[in-house]
Amino acid sequence: MKRGKDTKQLSLGEKKGFFQSDGFSNAMASVLAIMVGLLFGLVALFIIRPERALQGFGLILSGSFNGGAKGIGEVLYFATPIILTGLSVGFAFKTGLFNIGASGQYVVGAFTAIYIGIKWTWLPEPWHWIVAILVAAIAGGVWAMVPGFFKAYLNVNEVISCIMMNYIGMLSVNMLFENGEGLYNTLKAQNMDVASSAVLPKLGMDKIFMTQKGSYVDASSVNIGIFIAIAIAIVIYMLLNKTTFGYELKACGHNRFASRYAGINEKRSIILSMVIAGSMAAIAGALMYLAPAEGRHLKPIEELASEGFNGIFIALLGLSNPIGIVFSGLFVSYIQYGGEYLQTIKIAKEMISIIIAIIIYFSAFSLVFRNFAKKLFGGGRKKPKKPGDVDHPGDSGKGILPPDVAEPHAKEAK
Amino acid sequence: MDYVIEMLNITKVFPGIVANDNITLQLKKGEIHALLGENGAGKSTLMSVLFGLYQPEAGVIKKNGREVKVNDPNDANKLGIGMVHQHFKLVHNFTVLQNIILGVETTKHGVLKMAEARKKVVELSERYGLYVDPDAFIEDITVGMQQRVEIMKMLYRENEILIFDEPTAVLTPQEIEELMLIMKNLASEGKSILFITHKLNEIKQVADRCTILRKGKYIDTVDVQSITKEELSEMMVGRKVSFNVVKDDAKPTEVCLEVENLTVPGKSKTKNAVNNVSFNVRHGEIVCIAGIDGNGQSELVYALTGLGPIASGKITMNGCDITHESIRKRNVGGMAHIPEDRHKDGLVLDYSLEKNLILKKYFTEEYQRGGFIKYDAVRGHALDLIDRFDIRSGQGPTTPARSMSGGNQQKAIVAREIDVDPDLLIAVQPTRGLDVGAIEYIHKQIVAQRDAGRAILLVSLELDEVMSLSDRILVIYEGEIVADLDPKKTTVQELGLYMAGSKRDKDLNNNGGEA
Repeated sequence: MKRGKDTKQLSLGEKKGFFQSDGFSNAMASVLAIMVGLLFGLVALFIIRPERALQGFGLILSGSFNGGAKGIGEVLYFATPIILTGLSVGFAFKTGLFNIGASGQYVVGAFTAIYIGIKWTWLPEPWHWIVAILVAAIAGGVWAMVPGFFKAYLNVNEVISCIMMNYIGMLSVNMLFENGEGLYNTLKAQNMDVASSAVLPKLGMDKIFMTQKGSYVDASSVNIGIFIAIAIAIVIYMLLNKTTFGYELKACGHNRFASRYAGINEKRSIILSMVIAGSMAAIAGALMYLAPAEGRHLKPIEELASEGFNGIFIALLGLSNPIGIVFSGLFVSYIQYGGEYLQTIKIAKEMISIIIAIIIYFSAFSLVFRNFAKKLFGGGRKKPKKPGDVDHPGDSGKGILPPDVAEPHAKEAK
Repeated sequence: MDYVIEMLNITKVFPGIVANDNITLQLKKGEIHALLGENGAGKSTLMSVLFGLYQPEAGVIKKNGREVKVNDPNDANKLGIGMVHQHFKLVHNFTVLQNIILGVETTKHGVLKMAEARKKVVELSERYGLYVDPDAFIEDITVGMQQRVEIMKMLYRENEILIFDEPTAVLTPQEIEELMLIMKNLASEGKSILFITHKLNEIKQVADRCTILRKGKYIDTVDVQSITKEELSEMMVGRKVSFNVVKDDAKPTEVCLEVENLTVPGKSKTKNAVNNVSFNVRHGEIVCIAGIDGNGQSELVYALTGLGPIASGKITMNGCDITHESIRKRNVGGMAHIPEDRHKDGLVLDYSLEKNLILKKYFTEEYQRGGFIKYDAVRGHALDLIDRFDIRSGQGPTTPARSMSGGNQQKAIVAREIDVDPDLLIAVQPTRGLDVGAIEYIHKQIVAQRDAGRAILLVSLELDEVMSLSDRILVIYEGEIVADLDPKKTTVQELGLYMAGSKRDKDLNNNGGEA
């Protein structure tokens, strides 16, 4: 190709078409991973139960629609906590931290919300649940601040301290429950119901997302939580991409030393990243357990909350992009709901877990898929990477000449 | 004429650019053949083709007149081609001997036969005058010694064609001298050497012939003896380059940076990296800290910029005590810093160029409103700097810094630091790893800053740079300033003596060098 010509356009920050944009090829990478995962699922179904394989696959694909309108509501309901823990993990990823402690933060948030829901009945009607969520967020933030503090000041790996905090969180919550006055319902081995003023409003969605069975109305548990989750995703997206605060946090995640050099307080940034991540996981817990009497209750069992770990693969599948995480959360919730129906044709619902595992596996190959997607849609011409591209800074790329003698060059030599 | 290796009419195309355009390189047995070109002229690509990392679109490679195919580095090894990479490929917690035999261990029933290997290594090291201790651990020996281990690795594998990829970039002047001797030794023993560099002095010193590349094109192969440095550089850059920095006498005014009795702790805690140092830098002058690498320069700069700790002493800038101020306060207060390690400190490699260019400014009113970054202003700023400083990159402002060439990364940093309109510019090895064209450009910028009344503290390991650029030279040796020299009244030899610690000015001891 002719050199020279396209430098001008490129250097002016040429706008690429939608199909060529990085965002699109990133999203396509996840979609490809999902397709490969589903394909493997189909193969697995054929191995396990060949005669029902196609029917089972159909059930997976139709996901929530199996449950009618209620099903759609349920997908939104179950997507809520995993979107938030996904945001928690994804946000931490973007700032260079691995928040594997979402599980502990989740349970701390859940406990705090339940405590306020039961005890702080003096709060007026609309404020009760709002305060419960906010205080839960603070509690989760403080919980996550501990590993953040250790990381910033003592250089303790946050993965290890987060795992510790998971167990400490889970066991302390169990202890507080069983000893706490008026918190624990010994008959049902779960928390007492929260006050009705603390229950999240349904905004009439239970009237839309429900299935009529004769005179019995089977309504979905969906509530305002999904809107809160999506709103937080948008806020986080703005924070990361539009603000100076996000600029600082991401800079610290990419290069601690250069951030310090630029005068950013990198210790403060690390701690704040963890606090924000922790509060999101805690809000997930709060949203799940500010539920009516017939809804979800916290049971003090010795098991880490799975929502926390699900957040990790939601974040992976969404490529840590807040908007991507909303979609991956909805998708996972969707096929999980479909998986429930697999049992009706005597296929274990664990099949869904296998499919999700394969999808995760392939999204780890996202780079390969991304390049494939780029090729497929004719996106950015990626040149073969030279060995030592980064290692040989002194000898890589174009010479730099003053403008008077320099001919315009198309692209870098590398 | 018989050549040991010939690369004939090699063409290698990458999407959007012809990296090698019909290049011919012929290497005679027993010669030192330099490969000269700017950053990005295509030297590395050509060597990668020879090493089997790339397949050329056109052209053939011949060994001793017979055409050969090099599909991967293993093929290259079989043909007797070895390479010393710019960044060494050594295992740090292995001994020299273990590193040398790594990959070609002599074993008997799966048990290592170290004794034989040791004998061969000792023999080789005596024959070529390398003198490396086979039992020393890599992490304990100097960079120069590590390079010798790399050379030993090639010799142990009985390679006939040795490629040196910018071997002097990491060495001190003394080590460079020694390396030149070793290279001559190797050539006289019948080894053929390909020497990749953009330093003209070294070519004049050791090379027999020189092939020049420019922008992917073959320019010429010349006999080094029959050509001057100026002619070589003109061929390389494509225009005349001046080696002498053109500058008027400094007109220093009031003191900008004042350092009093500064002591910086060393890594080992037993010894101070910088010991009771005092000096000042005035507006309108370039003060250079000269010294052999590792004599406390890095620690001194880290202390001045707030990146590192200090044990005692006082730092004053423009009359304000900044000894305990934060890095941000220092930056905002007028200190700019071109760091030694551009990848570690200077850039967020995963950020785009435009985001890197606002690293020191993103929080100012100009680029943010209410905590939201004004991306239009950021883009405009980037385009302006790209234009003014001729920073080249694939996608303009949105290019990831990681994918830019070293020279352009450095230019981006220089642009950013000069753009903050500093009172004090601390430039640490601002031209490391750059070619003559780029060096000339950055030197001009630094002189322009001085003439605009800024105080410049330059830290450099290159004697030429020290002599040509500075208005005042402070020589640092083992963490102490041992001389305050006027470059016009001193010689390189004298400077060398101070740097090596064999000479020091008594009156400078402990009470600093007042100009």
